[in-house]
Amino acid sequence: MRTWIEGWPVYRQLTGTDPLGRGAAAKSDGSRALESRTETADRVAKSVCPYCAVGCGQRIFVKDEKVVQIEGDPDSPISRGRLCPKGSASKSLVTSDRRQQHVLYRRPYGTEWERLDLDTAMDMIADRVLAARDATWEESDADGRPLNRTLGISSLGGATLDNEENYIIKKLFTALGAIQIENQARI
Amino acid sequence: MGSNSLYGPIDPATDAGYVDPPPRMGFFTDTSVCIGCKACEVACKEWNLVPDDGFNLLGHSYDNTGGLSANSWRHVAFVEQPFAGDALAEAAGTGTQFLGMPLSDLPGKATPGPRGDFRWLMMSNVCKHCTHAGCLDVCPTGALFRTEFGTVVVQQDICNGCGYCVSGCPYGVIDRREGDGRAWKCTLCYDRIGDGLTPACAKACPTESIQFGELDELRERAARRVEDLHEQGVAEARLYGHEEDNGVGGDGAFFLLLDEPEVYGLPPDPVVATRDLPRMWKRAGLAALAMAASAVVAFAGRRG
Amino acid sequence: MAEAHPVGFQWVIEAKKRGAKIIHIDPRFTRTSALAHTFVPVRAGADIAFLGGVINYILSNEKDFREYVLAYTNASMLVSEDFQDTEELDGLFSGFDPETRAYDQSSWQYAGQQDHGQEEGESHVDRETASGLEQESHGPPIPADVPRDPTLQDPRCVYQVLKRHYARYTPEVVEQLCGVPREKFLEVCEAWTANSNRERTTALVYSVGWTQHSVGVQYIRTGAIIQLLLGNMGRPGGGVMALRGHASIQGSTDIPTLFNLLPGYLPMPHFQQHETFDQWIDAIRHPEQKGFWADAKAYAVSLLKSYWGDAATEENDYGYGWLPRLTGDHGTYQQVLDMIDGKVKGYFLLGQNPAVGSAHGRAQRLGMANLDWLVVRDLFMIESATFWKNGPEVATGEIVPEQCKTEVFFMPAASHAEKEGTFTQTQRMLQWREKAVDPPGDARSELWFFYHLGRRIRERLRDSDRARDAAVKNLTWDYGSSDEPDAELVLKEINGYDLRTGDLLGSYTQMKPDGSTSGGCWIYTGVYADGVNQAARRKPGSEQSYVAPEWGWVWPANRRTLYNRASADPDGKPWSERKKYVWWDAGKGEWTGDDVPDFEKTKPPSYRPPEGSTGVAAISGDDAFIMQGDGKGWLYAPSGLIDGPMPTHYEPAESGVRNPLYGQQANPTRKVYDRTDNLTNPSAPDSRAAVFPYVFSTSRLTEHHTAGGMSRQLPYLSELQPEMFVEVSPQLAAERGLTHLGWAHIVTARAAIEARVMITDRLRPLRIEGRTVHQIWMPYHWGGEGVVTGDSANDLIGITLDPNVLIQESKVGTCDIRAGRRPSGPGLLAYVRGYRLRAGLEDESGK
Repeated sequence: MRTWIEGWPVYRQLTGTDPLGRGAAAKSDGSRALESRTETADRVAKSVCPYCAVGCGQRIFVKDEKVVQIEGDPDSPISRGRLCPKGSASKSLVTSDRRQQHVLYRRPYGTEWERLDLDTAMDMIADRVLAARDATWEESDADGRPLNRTLGISSLGGATLDNEENYIIKKLFTALGAIQIENQARI
Repeated sequence: MGSNSLYGPIDPATDAGYVDPPPRMGFFTDTSVCIGCKACEVACKEWNLVPDDGFNLLGHSYDNTGGLSANSWRHVAFVEQPFAGDALAEAAGTGTQFLGMPLSDLPGKATPGPRGDFRWLMMSNVCKHCTHAGCLDVCPTGALFRTEFGTVVVQQDICNGCGYCVSGCPYGVIDRREGDGRAWKCTLCYDRIGDGLTPACAKACPTESIQFGELDELRERAARRVEDLHEQGVAEARLYGHEEDNGVGGDGAFFLLLDEPEVYGLPPDPVVATRDLPRMWKRAGLAALAMAASAVVAFAGRRG
Repeated sequence: MAEAHPVGFQWVIEAKKRGAKIIHIDPRFTRTSALAHTFVPVRAGADIAFLGGVINYILSNEKDFREYVLAYTNASMLVSEDFQDTEELDGLFSGFDPETRAYDQSSWQYAGQQDHGQEEGESHVDRETASGLEQESHGPPIPADVPRDPTLQDPRCVYQVLKRHYARYTPEVVEQLCGVPREKFLEVCEAWTANSNRERTTALVYSVGWTQHSVGVQYIRTGAIIQLLLGNMGRPGGGVMALRGHASIQGSTDIPTLFNLLPGYLPMPHFQQHETFDQWIDAIRHPEQKGFWADAKAYAVSLLKSYWGDAATEENDYGYGWLPRLTGDHGTYQQVLDMIDGKVKGYFLLGQNPAVGSAHGRAQRLGMANLDWLVVRDLFMIESATFWKNGPEVATGEIVPEQCKTEVFFMPAASHAEKEGTFTQTQRMLQWREKAVDPPGDARSELWFFYHLGRRIRERLRDSDRARDAAVKNLTWDYGSSDEPDAELVLKEINGYDLRTGDLLGSYTQMKPDGSTSGGCWIYTGVYADGVNQAARRKPGSEQSYVAPEWGWVWPANRRTLYNRASADPDGKPWSERKKYVWWDAGKGEWTGDDVPDFEKTKPPSYRPPEGSTGVAAISGDDAFIMQGDGKGWLYAPSGLIDGPMPTHYEPAESGVRNPLYGQQANPTRKVYDRTDNLTNPSAPDSRAAVFPYVFSTSRLTEHHTAGGMSRQLPYLSELQPEMFVEVSPQLAAERGLTHLGWAHIVTARAAIEARVMITDRLRPLRIEGRTVHQIWMPYHWGGEGVVTGDSANDLIGITLDPNVLIQESKVGTCDIRAGRRPSGPGLLAYVRGYRLRAGLEDESGK
């Protein structure tokens, strides 16, 4: 009962230091319970902004396996904790409900997307890579000089990927003889 | 008129009943280094989960936010100022001519005096967290309250959406959110600063145009910055909202501007409505007394 | 910089607060201009004229940093007597063959070295294979010993050749050509030279729009020449800084997903030039050359060992025979045209949206509509995945979904927060990212996708005995036991091992040519030095020197500023106390300083190589530019560039302005694809250039990112710039009856797009050769998918490329602009055709 009374702002206003009831006495339960969600996060991942090439440090705060905040890493000597509007929007980028979460398939001459199982899609792509390669394989030129390649497969992208990813992309495609591998650096 | 709980320089936290409060915290926004990137707008929304504010091309230079609102707690204003007698345009043989373009009549658009070059002014506007906050003073529910940091915050668990605060703000900052009905504005990241963190906008700001800190220290820093700029020949640098004896008893968020406040869409001399409250109460009291007296007289007369 | 790299711009503001003068040169007044002391509006496409004018100012007023120039540049070296300049040949250098539009570069060589020059056939191959890109980590080949005149008086020395070449780039010419008033131009010259000396340095910062010109490489060369003449290279606060635009675009160049390169800038083998392993190796190391490139065999063999492990042996040339061969241009634009021609079956798009982000959007989409299959990996549904459904060509009837055969797989991708790995940012710094959460649903990393794709392909080929499959079967393809490959294992493979001990290598200098070491990218060796992931280091910047050597890892060897030997004078002493950075400590007998010295640690400044030395031993104690074949910074490039040894002003491929300096209008060696689906607007002196009377340029807005896939999908960014718009000056608006916020459409020979009009004084007409030239500007972020949509500026642009690196000219072109919206549906095609007819690009029969 006493607690209930003390929780009543008018009681606090009349008995406390805030007779006009504009400050201490008016503080609500919600305000008293406020806590920064960076403080209550389960863990923090040290990361780097995915937009331009300045390479600003980011801290990604995770709570219950969800990203709850992404902000600048003040330790970074490059960015000193700051982010531009795009970097500041990184949480939206990662958590957006517009993100595609399913494999989608458009069959030849199709007019709509269809769902496809990830495993099936991977097998279909592997089959198509090998078929395209075989159909367009060039062993050697007219003079017998080796070519070892296919011009039937192209790839574009890499500037927003990791070095490790670009490395195995180039490694796999090179072994397959696919040379038409390009990225934004040409654009 | 002297200072009191409703007007003049005071420590707002102590005045609001906090015993031994932490230093008053605020923003100093130095527009001379603002690059108009709007990181403040986005960082604020990401942290405070503020909804988007619509997708409208406004044509106000690069400002498509339009102003502070329930859904935009930081707003970057852009002002394009051609300077009189454009040598380049003249060199191009075309000169400047009046085209009936919108916005050309904004104050500051056409400056009479000579200036070195075309200017593009940018300023990140925000709630001023006034010493005497009109919104707070008129709030009937106690939803708006003064925090221990001297800032002004709407408590969403209390607000009933009456909207009195909207007309109480001399800067036109606070606003009701459509659909939700409640009033929303900058909280100076009350949850963050309570944990010793920097508000999201100031944290993100790439050039330290938005600086967060103890208000007293910010005021000193701002004064030094104005001096430095004056020494560098930027004679037009001036502060806005820093004076404790202004119409709101000093702003918790104040600015360094490079032109008159009106140029940026800021009121030149904002006054909290409650400044006149004691006077009004006095008048109202006299009127009430007079009414009572006349009622007495009336009753007396009837008797008589 | 403030527009596209706002957080990097904090350092400019920091410098400004400390008294630095900021000058911004740009076709339009941007957010960067707003913070600069001086804004210089320039005509798009005239940068070499402007910077050439600066060179002329420096040389004719002897404002160069003479001691630096003498010691560290090739100013004193003598050029062959056979060399003839553009000033003599009306815009061509000696050796031009109009047939191939390529140069025989023999006459460009230093005196006595003519035999070493590129012949035109080689030059042509170099253009096709963008071989200039190989020089990112080292200079082009050049012999070590060259005759010199240290007095710089010999008319054939580089200094004098340069002086003659730029003599006509006077302030008057700059004014006429660039539209920059003389006083403004001289203000820049005076500020730049006054701030470049022993005590002070000046930084030149460009964004990579500079590369998007038919003379893009030469733009950057011009900047480099100025910075060398003024002694700003290799010194703190100096340099030429490229602000690149994607999180790891530097990394994807170093470890290239590029057709012409292997990791570490090793060339992809060419079927003729590199038929054998030895030919390949010698083409890289140039046996008689100075510098670290002499050890190329160790780098190359280590790469092959990383690819093929034990299957790579000395007997089989470490698997060299398995490498596929180039026969010419296999770049992204050639590929797209081949798609239109039906030559390409399948296409992977990895976080890339060419339907919006590449030049000639219509060609991009028509190419994709003619594939067998397309795999799109992205976070969001992008225009390149929906061309068959929602693309502009569906509206015009050029693509009919029911008739479009392309099979499309949309594979959701993991975001940067959902995988670990390194990005390499624009200063060559690798930074490791920790994984925060698992990707949602079917979303996977590229590492996962390509590892499992490779695994499935290898399973299918397990029993194959075809020769072509050996390369796939023999790949080392083991990246841990969990479903997600271990990125640290990949980074270790990139770093390389001593295969005898199993230890990780600490430096590329430990690499061996005998197959006893591996390393997937030699310039990255050291990222795992001491068995520690150096890229994951995060010692707070506030707890270390301003160079911050313990944050991340920079290639090569964690060196933050390249060629920093030049920060000391020839004797190894700092040029000044104020600008000390790396110096020779005579007491200890080693180089020391704030950064990792870019020099052999114990080689004294006084070292002079014995007669006849090659490789590292041939580097003299004052050869600051250790990766250059002659150890010097090049004011004049005797080899390595397709289009000339010195930058020369050519008009853009599309220009209404007649080149006032030479009869040669545009870069004679530019790469063109002369096809009816890739037409170029007429240029001066053709009077039909007037059909497209305005200059246009495109670039980014702070609020958006490239083709919009990572920004137009997000409400918080979309609301800040919600619509496609075009910026015009009030004068052009009056001329064309455009109203603020009204609609306009912009037309080129390729397309017509519409945009809302933004009338602004930030664009101003320029006076070029006595007439008014109007420039318009557009952002290129919009397309048909996302929270906000609009027409794509890249649809306007045709495909004409820089000859050195095959990057398109997309920062300048000509166009028309008209009030009102463009026609829609098939009417749009007829409307654009009308322009082509008037411009004489097509006749009534459609030819």
